[in-house]
Parts: sequence; structure tokens; C-alpha cells
Amino acid sequence: MTSPVITVEHGVVGYDGRPVLRDISLTVTAGEVVAILGANGSGKSTLIRAVLGLVPISAGSVTLFDRPLRRFRQWARIGYVPQRLGAGGGVPATVREVVASGRLARRGVLRPPGRADRSAVDAALGAVGLADRAGDPVSTLSGGQQQRTLIARALAGQPELLVLDEPTAGVDAASQEAFAGALRDFVGDGGTVLLVAHELGPLRPVISRAVVVHEGRIAHDGAVPDPAGHHAEPDHDHVHPHCYDEPAGLWSN
Amino acid sequence: MELFQYPYMQRALIGALVIGLAAPALGIYLVQRRLALIGDGVGHVALTGVGAGLLLNRSPVLVAVIAATIGAIAIEIVRARGRTSGDLALALLFYGGIAGGVLLVGLSDATSANLNAYLFGSLTTISPADLTTIALLGAAILVTMIALRPALFAVSHDEEYARVSGLPVRTLNLLIAVATAVTVTIAMRAVGVLLISALMVVPVATAQQVTRGFRSTMAAAMALGFFAAGSGVWVAATADTAPGASVVLVAIASFLVVAVAGAVWRVVRRRTTPTAAPTPEPHEVVLS
Repeated sequence: MTSPVITVEHGVVGYDGRPVLRDISLTVTAGEVVAILGANGSGKSTLIRAVLGLVPISAGSVTLFDRPLRRFRQWARIGYVPQRLGAGGGVPATVREVVASGRLARRGVLRPPGRADRSAVDAALGAVGLADRAGDPVSTLSGGQQQRTLIARALAGQPELLVLDEPTAGVDAASQEAFAGALRDFVGDGGTVLLVAHELGPLRPVISRAVVVHEGRIAHDGAVPDPAGHHAEPDHDHVHPHCYDEPAGLWSN
Repeated sequence: MELFQYPYMQRALIGALVIGLAAPALGIYLVQRRLALIGDGVGHVALTGVGAGLLLNRSPVLVAVIAATIGAIAIEIVRARGRTSGDLALALLFYGGIAGGVLLVGLSDATSANLNAYLFGSLTTISPADLTTIALLGAAILVTMIALRPALFAVSHDEEYARVSGLPVRTLNLLIAVATAVTVTIAMRAVGVLLISALMVVPVATAQQVTRGFRSTMAAAMALGFFAAGSGVWVAATADTAPGASVVLVAIASFLVVAVAGAVWRVVRRRTTPTAAPTPEPHEVVLS
């Protein structure tokens, strides 16, 4: 269980000639739960986007499951959870329909969904505690429930590696707990996790290793660092209050 | 009703019904990716194809399919690049397309009535061969849009996720672009290039006011498109109005009816059902 799942060697990424990541090297092995920490703009989200091939690297190499990214095709082994679902054109979609997209990596474009697909979607909805909302339009869900929908979508593909971009940012406490539980189950079944986080919150006990990105370089790689400043105060609950009448979710106007 | 005993009216009705079903089936993906007006742009480009066809004495519809496909692929490439200049590139394509069409039609021997037929549709001049083309291409669009719904939905809903799922995103995007071009060209005969987008978009806009999911929206939009096409042609036949415009106005009238009915229903429901106190999320911080 020590085979490398993700290997980044001397990775460099720049947007319009402005370097965002300079010489990043990182290895994630099977069964690890690695948190990428860093301030806003440190390049931590860019790092996972480069790992997934969503932004091109200008130098260095990325290897996924022992295959160079360029030739990697087994996308069903990876479940990706973006920070948020972009505002679409307003056509409604149910929670189940969004989660069912997660089966496409496994099923392919042409095959219609079958029994295995349906039971995987049911299991994923149950794992994040949204089984009772399956038929509701995602736009009527709270921000945290929408985030759980995206996690269920990734879990539905039954991946070996979960890659999550700020899964707990702006998410209510109930959703954070549901998410931490789903992650524990996933890791308990032998899954590997790479996640970007601004704050760890209830995830902290699940994390096996922390990588701190600072100004495009890795500043720390090892144990989860202790919180500093006001984050370290014992009564600091580091969850942000939500206003009751905030818009129902990311898709509402 | 006896008008429909004439074969040309039957062909007009069947052609309109096929387009009424196929256009929203494609349109829902365009609306979802915020490209609701793309059909309009592709229609402009198709007009250049019509002009070239008339000038070269080739089938205008066939040349229009080719021109519209090239235009749709060009628009897709601009969109995929995602640069802000895309807006301007699209404008160049749209106006270049319509100006080219008007110029080429003018150079040919065609009359302005000919140009009007393509600008605003001319259902009653559909020949049996035209109807076969419309039926075959319309059926192909329908089957593709329905059979590939999970993949097309994923790409339209969250393109980055689709890419990380290993879906052939570029191929699917090009498929939608080509399907747009084909739909525009077959719908050109029914409603005309200037009104095509309406049939792709308005039924979807009507349906999504009352539906909860993507699949139900697609089914309802297709039903609405079918209804608008059928009743539009019937209105045109009985009241002697322009068929294309009648179809579009029926579609827009349906939108207004559903919008008003929905608003009334929401008000009534709010009055009759006692408003359950909104359940706030649990407190996350204790403000002493």
C-alpha cells in the first residue's frame, strides 16, 4: 500500500507569464489523506488543478497512478470535487441528476445507466446524508448541501482517489460534520485523499499529512501544523456564521 | 380545417412538428451553457450559405448546412478559448454572415421574395424532398440529444468536472455545435433564420418555470415545442397569417401564460397554507 498515487516533480505553473507555482515536488501514496494548506493566492488550488490537468504545467511532470498525466486515461479512479458548481444557465437539475454525472467516468458516454449505476448513486447520496433530497432541484439547497451534492457526485464514481478543492469553505457546521463522516468512511475503505483547505475544522483528525504552500513553493510537508494566532484560541470555533436569509444556494440569484 | 387536405399543408404541418420537437431537445443544452442566442448567430451564417447556394445554383439548404456548420464550429472554438474578445469575434461572425447572405442573394437571380422565405420561413413551399430531409435530420438530432443526455448534461452543467471524468469534452462540444447548425438549417424553412432561436429557447424557458429536474424540463420543452408548432401552423392556416411568426408567437404566449399562472399559484399557495416558520440552520457561533 505504498505505491505513489500522485507524483509531482519540479512542477511549474504560470498564468500569462506570471508564475503561480515554482518548483513544486509532491508525492501522495495510497491510503494517505493529504491537506494542502496556504493563504489565499498561495497557489494551493492551482496545484490540484495542475495535478488534474485542468491547468497546464509549463515545466516538470505530473504522474497519476504510475502514468504520465498526458497518457492517463483511467479517470474513473479519480473523484474530483470542485470548490463550487458554477452558475449554469438556470435549467433546473435534481440532486440525483447531478450525482448521477459521477457515474459517467465509469460507464462512458454511450452506455445507458444500469442497476449498478443507480445503486452507486443511492449509496453516495446516503453517504453525505442527502437521500431525502434526491428529487429536489439543487438550486433549492443550502450552500453546504450543494457542496455535499458535489462530494456525492465524486463518490458515486467509486474512485480510489478523491481530490477536493476547499470542500469546507463557507459550509455550515452540519454539512461539515456530514462531510467529515463521509471522508472517514472513504479513507476507512482504503481511499486516498488530496484536499485543499483554508482551515481544517472537523477534518483535522482525518488528515494524515499537511503540505503548506507559500508563494508558489512548498513551505512545510509533514505533520499538521498547530493553528496560530486567533485560530489557536481554545474557544475559536472557526466556522463562519451564516445569515438566515442568505440566498438558498449558489445558483439562486 | 379542410386546408389540411392539401398535401402542401400536410407537409407544412409535419415539418413544423418535427422541428418543434427537435429544436427544444437541442436548445436545453444551449440554455444550460448560456448560449441561448447561439442559434441566432448560426442562423446569420447560414444565410451566407443560402446566398452562395442561390448564386451557384446549388441547393441553398445544403450549402447552408455547410456554412452553418463551419460557423458553429468557429463559434465553439472561440468559446472554448474563453477569451473576452470572444464577444467581438461572435459579433463579426454574425454580421458578416447576414451581410454576406444579403449580398450574395442580391448577386444571384433570386428575388427578394426568395430572401424573405429564408429570413422568415416559408413552410408552405416545402417540397416532398425537403420534408424527407427535415424528417431524417430532425430524427437524428432527437435521437442524439436524448441518447447522449447524461454526457451532454454533464458537459453543459460542469465542463471541468466532465473533463476530469475523462469525457471527450471537445467532441461533445463540437457535436452540440454541429447539431445546432443542422437544426438551424432545417428550421430555417419553417420559421426563418431570424426566428430560429425562439423555437430552441422559448419552450425551455417556459418549461423550466415549473419543472424540478433536467429530464422533466427536456420532456416538457419538447412537448411545448410540439404544441407551439402544431397550433402555430393551424392558426396560420385558419387566420391566414405567416406560419413562422405564428409558431413563435404561440410559443411566447405559452411562456406568458405559464409565467402568470405560476405567479398566481405561488400567491394563492402562500395565502392558503400557513407559512411554516423557516427553519434556520443551527447556530454556529455563540454571540455571548
